[in-house]
Amino acid sequence: MGPQPIIEVRDLVAKYGDDIIIDRVSFDVYEGEIFGILGGSGSGKSTLLKHLIGLIRPHSGRIVVDGDDISACNETTYRKMLKKIGVLYQGAALLGSMTLAENVALPVKEYTDLPEDSVNTLVKIKLSLVDLSGYENHLPSELSGGMKKRAGLARAMALNPRILFFDEPSAGLDPVTSVELDNLIIHLNKSLGTTMVIVTHELESIFAVAQRVIMLDKRSRTIIAEGDPAYLRDHSQNPFVKRFFTRTAAIPEEG
Amino acid sequence: MQTTGRQESCKYDISENGEGSITLHFQGRIEASNAGRLIKELQEFLQSRLPRALTIDLGKVTYLDDFGALVLVEAKKMVPEGKKHFSLKNVSPAAGRVLAVLNFDILGKREILQKKRPPNMLVRLGEGTIDLASDLKYMISFVGSVCLSLIHVCLHPGSLRKDDTFVCMQKTGVDALPIVGLISFLMGLIMAFMSSVQLQQFGANIYVASLVSLAMTRELGPIMTAIIVAGRSGSAFAAEIGTMKINEEVDALFTMGFDPTRFLVIPKIIASVIVVPLLTLFSDLFAIMGGLIVGVVTLDLTANAYITQTLKTLSLFDVFLGFFKSIVFALLVSWVGCLRGFQVKGGASSVGQATTSAVVSGIFLIILFNSAFSVILRYWE
Repeated sequence: MGPQPIIEVRDLVAKYGDDIIIDRVSFDVYEGEIFGILGGSGSGKSTLLKHLIGLIRPHSGRIVVDGDDISACNETTYRKMLKKIGVLYQGAALLGSMTLAENVALPVKEYTDLPEDSVNTLVKIKLSLVDLSGYENHLPSELSGGMKKRAGLARAMALNPRILFFDEPSAGLDPVTSVELDNLIIHLNKSLGTTMVIVTHELESIFAVAQRVIMLDKRSRTIIAEGDPAYLRDHSQNPFVKRFFTRTAAIPEEG
Repeated sequence: MQTTGRQESCKYDISENGEGSITLHFQGRIEASNAGRLIKELQEFLQSRLPRALTIDLGKVTYLDDFGALVLVEAKKMVPEGKKHFSLKNVSPAAGRVLAVLNFDILGKREILQKKRPPNMLVRLGEGTIDLASDLKYMISFVGSVCLSLIHVCLHPGSLRKDDTFVCMQKTGVDALPIVGLISFLMGLIMAFMSSVQLQQFGANIYVASLVSLAMTRELGPIMTAIIVAGRSGSAFAAEIGTMKINEEVDALFTMGFDPTRFLVIPKIIASVIVVPLLTLFSDLFAIMGGLIVGVVTLDLTANAYITQTLKTLSLFDVFLGFFKSIVFALLVSWVGCLRGFQVKGGASSVGQATTSAVVSGIFLIILFNSAFSVILRYWE
């Protein structure tokens, strides 16, 4: 028996007003894999992510996350689904008025019945997992971009979600920090078995981290490639896919 | 051997030998949903027994994550430190990986998270004084930079951002007219009602007109208008500039060679100084209208008599005084709104504080300066 799909997307159509952003897209994400959503600017990557985590309801189509159809579910089921996922936002989205420890402890205190002392110990465990031991009492504004991202990751992982979503994890980070974050993602995926869905356009990061990717295209508004990134780079016939992976600028078209 | 099976997903058996050592045989899943109860049960149980040694058998554990590790850590804390006092048995490869990732061996030993202790009173007093002093210093330097920019704009009128100023005039003035009008109208109504009760006893109904017009043009018109502007626009200035500060937009302006004060503050101040006196005039008019309605409906005055009395009471000086006051209030409210915006540091909560502070200090300054005007006029007239 092969791996089970944990996210199923079928014929998803996303619209802002009358503008179609994504047109009839279908794909699966399997349990335990690191899945990349690629595409140029304006191709609807972030829109797709917002649909996957239920922030936007689809215009039509179906999204099933770990057995729950979030395109047509009620509030209760959606809340239940939210406990199974964690999201690392582009700017980490830590609450600025709280220390790191309080940020990480927030979901733990809300959703578990751990005693106060154990919450503190758990927070320490989570922060040391992302290599931030000793920063428990710092405010987010006192940290660098990379540290904020890692702290955001610790908070996203606080309840050991089955799926972690990353929105542009390496945006705004220097190459060294970026690689460190990639390694952290791989490490957490291996040791905890969490499924990871990553929205990105950073090439290095894609080859290092993603096991399988889909690529969205702005013009056709649908998936133009799917598979192993290294294979796509070497064998894809689609000119846009080739250009994306080899970092070549588009040749100006005639007319 | 006794069995405890209170969890549906995780059970544990307890076996004891005579020398005070206890073995816990866990089975099932140890995860977020049951970690809390397990910890509480174990702490209670271990506290009552105080074992000399504790062994935990993970042989039948099917799943263990960091919440599971937390249960083990909490159990480990209940026995004296050292290898011979605490040990794990039959750790599965998967669980072993998790424990290795978490550095389980040193987890229990590290000291618990320390909360920052609040500093003592002396330190806080000192910090407060220093904050106050630097706040004052910044305020003074901000007055200076606003003055310089104003002078610059007066000398080079072309450098004023006219579009921004017009937009700001619309937001501060035109958009505020309905609420200013309504509130002033009601104020006039109330004042006429309250005074008519007293004045009717002396048959001095006609002086309602004098009272309403004089009180509104000299005092209440400028104050009410300025307070409404402080609430509507002073807060908006603070929030806008504060958010720009957090988003580094102010820094961006600076590095592009713009003076943030000239770019952001001057249009707002100039717009306020132009529209707030006009709003005040409208406020006076609406209040007199409110008084007029009360006079005509309940006091048997003719509209003509009321208006004649109003005109007889008001001197040009009164109108100019109100006008001048409202210019000063406009300057104060817009200045303090922008100042609070520039003082924002850190995150979203700081913007909220700045907005509150802009309104509070705006109203305070209005009242303070109005008192000063009263004292000066008392000796001047």
